[in-house]
Amino acid sequence: MAKWWEKFSRSQLLVPLSALLLLVVYNLFRDIGFFSIILATNNDGNAVLQGNLISILDGASELAILAIGMTLVTASSRGQDISVGAVAAVAGSVFVRVLRANEITLPIILFAFLAACAVAMLCGVFNGTLVSVFKIQPMIATLILFSAGRSIAYWINGGATPTVDGPLINYIGKLIPGIPIPSPILIVILLGVLVSLVLRFTNLGLYTQAVGINEKSAHLNGINPVWIKLISFMVIGVCAAIAGAIGVCKIGLINHEKILLDIEMDAILAVAIGGNALGGGKFSLKGSVMGAYVIQALTTTLYSIKVPSTSVKAYKAIVIIAIVVLGSPMIKEALMQFRDKRMKPAIDKLFRKTSDVVESQ
Amino acid sequence: MTSNLDTRGRVPAEKHKEPISNTNLLLTITICTFFGMYALAMLVWGGGFLNPQQFLDIFNNNAFLIVISCGLTVVMIAGGIDISVGGVTALVTMASVVHLNGGNGSVLGSLGLALGIGLAFGLIQGLLVSYLEVQPFIVTLAGMFFARGMITIISNDPKTASQETFLALKAFRIQIPVIGYYGKAGNFIPASIEPGVIVAIVVVLAIFFVLGWTRFGRNLYAVGGNKQSALMLGINVKRTKFFSYLLCGLLAGIGGFVYLLHTGAGDAANATASEMQAIASAIIGGTLLTGGVGNVVGTLFGVLSLMTINNIVRASGLRDPWWQSITTGLMLCFFILLQSMVLSAREKRGSFQIPGWMTFASRRIHHES
Repeated sequence: MAKWWEKFSRSQLLVPLSALLLLVVYNLFRDIGFFSIILATNNDGNAVLQGNLISILDGASELAILAIGMTLVTASSRGQDISVGAVAAVAGSVFVRVLRANEITLPIILFAFLAACAVAMLCGVFNGTLVSVFKIQPMIATLILFSAGRSIAYWINGGATPTVDGPLINYIGKLIPGIPIPSPILIVILLGVLVSLVLRFTNLGLYTQAVGINEKSAHLNGINPVWIKLISFMVIGVCAAIAGAIGVCKIGLINHEKILLDIEMDAILAVAIGGNALGGGKFSLKGSVMGAYVIQALTTTLYSIKVPSTSVKAYKAIVIIAIVVLGSPMIKEALMQFRDKRMKPAIDKLFRKTSDVVESQ
Repeated sequence: MTSNLDTRGRVPAEKHKEPISNTNLLLTITICTFFGMYALAMLVWGGGFLNPQQFLDIFNNNAFLIVISCGLTVVMIAGGIDISVGGVTALVTMASVVHLNGGNGSVLGSLGLALGIGLAFGLIQGLLVSYLEVQPFIVTLAGMFFARGMITIISNDPKTASQETFLALKAFRIQIPVIGYYGKAGNFIPASIEPGVIVAIVVVLAIFFVLGWTRFGRNLYAVGGNKQSALMLGINVKRTKFFSYLLCGLLAGIGGFVYLLHTGAGDAANATASEMQAIASAIIGGTLLTGGVGNVVGTLFGVLSLMTINNIVRASGLRDPWWQSITTGLMLCFFILLQSMVLSAREKRGSFQIPGWMTFASRRIHHES
């Protein structure tokens, strides 16, 4: 027990898990109905799971996907990509443009998605080249696409907010008949498994961390930092394309100004809440994805206590500050000292006592 | 800022001119670009660009941006970043309007409120960043969220100030003698500037003085250039960083008041994306985000260049608003690449060496060094 506690209190997942636990406990006391999940039928007569938990999982899909990419970029380049929202808008526009030019069938959707991926990867290569070859800080390099991206998205569709419609689009954005879980959740699971398999069976994760921790020594050990950074920016491009496509499919149209607005900030936040250092190096994808769900759970909780959607930001800010202050080096050190000096003897004493009791019996 | 020693560590001979510093080199490029661009616009498009009022309108419309960009320059020189400035600006406009429209609001009171809000944001963010060592990006991101959220908590709808003293101040124009233009009827209309411009210019001069001639200013460059060696030189790194954020917050407050003087309305959509414009202006003006390099005069020219290129885009017939953000992006890209190439070329070849294609701009210095 004591060992488990020690391991957990040093773990990266401490912050997101405790934040999630806090939210759960708060909601338990506030309204236990918050957690209810019901199986209902929607307008088309398909079975669908409904409830706050499902809407949290569904709503955080895009964020979770982008958080995966953002974690890799943060780890390798020691900075953040603030253009993800704009790139997702560009990719979504390409997706819609291709779909509207053709009849919507499965191969066409696949083709449109590949086209969106290609464009988003191109954006990633642009950002990645600036960062890795020209040695520009990631935040500044991605500022270019951040300011121009949504305008490019506008230009792709000739300035309109076109709609796409069709059962196949609904399958991706809402749900597939027969499976009561919303499709975006399935896509996140699929992508999560895929990425963790890639990291498990290749050296990409190791190399990414090596480059993030010390670029020079990684280079001396035969890793090419330029490639690693480029790859991480390409991965975040693909993530942005997936997020953009889901965003389009969810509402069936693209609004270049509104789609995934401010999501870059949330994605960075998810990485930070996940216990990852924003200064690069070691990373945990689990933490980031959990961070994304914490953010969405917080937003849903705030909505359910009738906070207007425009003011959610202010409350979110307070929570962010609380989390980062708790995770700051100074406070962490103080807490560690407190743990080692006060709590450890207490816990040890507690366990010794119980074991003594057991022995004496 | 750069040492007098050349690459081999020798003290240069008497006639050896001190190599131009990074700050001044980037500043020179920016100023040349601005004047070149404006001269080109005058030649090609003429019309509005020859009208002094249109030039002064760049100042009139962007006085707040100049003020907050100055704050950002200070923070960036010290190696930090503050993306809450736009949110603080908007929050100040809303709070001041609510105060002015309330029963006994006064202009002085709203100015005090503006400064107070700015200082409060600077204080908290500065404490968190410098003493608790939290990532500046995250802290100021939270600051931005908080400010933007607070605006809608105060009022969800845009509000227009209706207090009389304030409206008189807002309508006040300073006419510039001699300079002016001829109206359609052939009458001479003197060019005029708004009071906010005076504030902006005073701020630029004050920050210029602070950066160049005070201990705090020197400390900022030292801390941004190399935190470790600044610490070893006995500079209080934490306090310097803290004051940079405090100053930036204060300037964001002033910027909010200047914004209000220009538009007279509080709105959640005020100053949207202005933090990014301010960062872009500082970068175009030659400030490096890595810290240690930068100049507030460059930032001023950064704002002017950014706005001039927008005017040029509009004058050349591309009136859709989305062209402006694309050109802003392109311009940012150009300057970022330019900085990167200039600095890496200098790093490689020692003291003052610039790529061959750039020798035209500074041939004189090149030959002397």
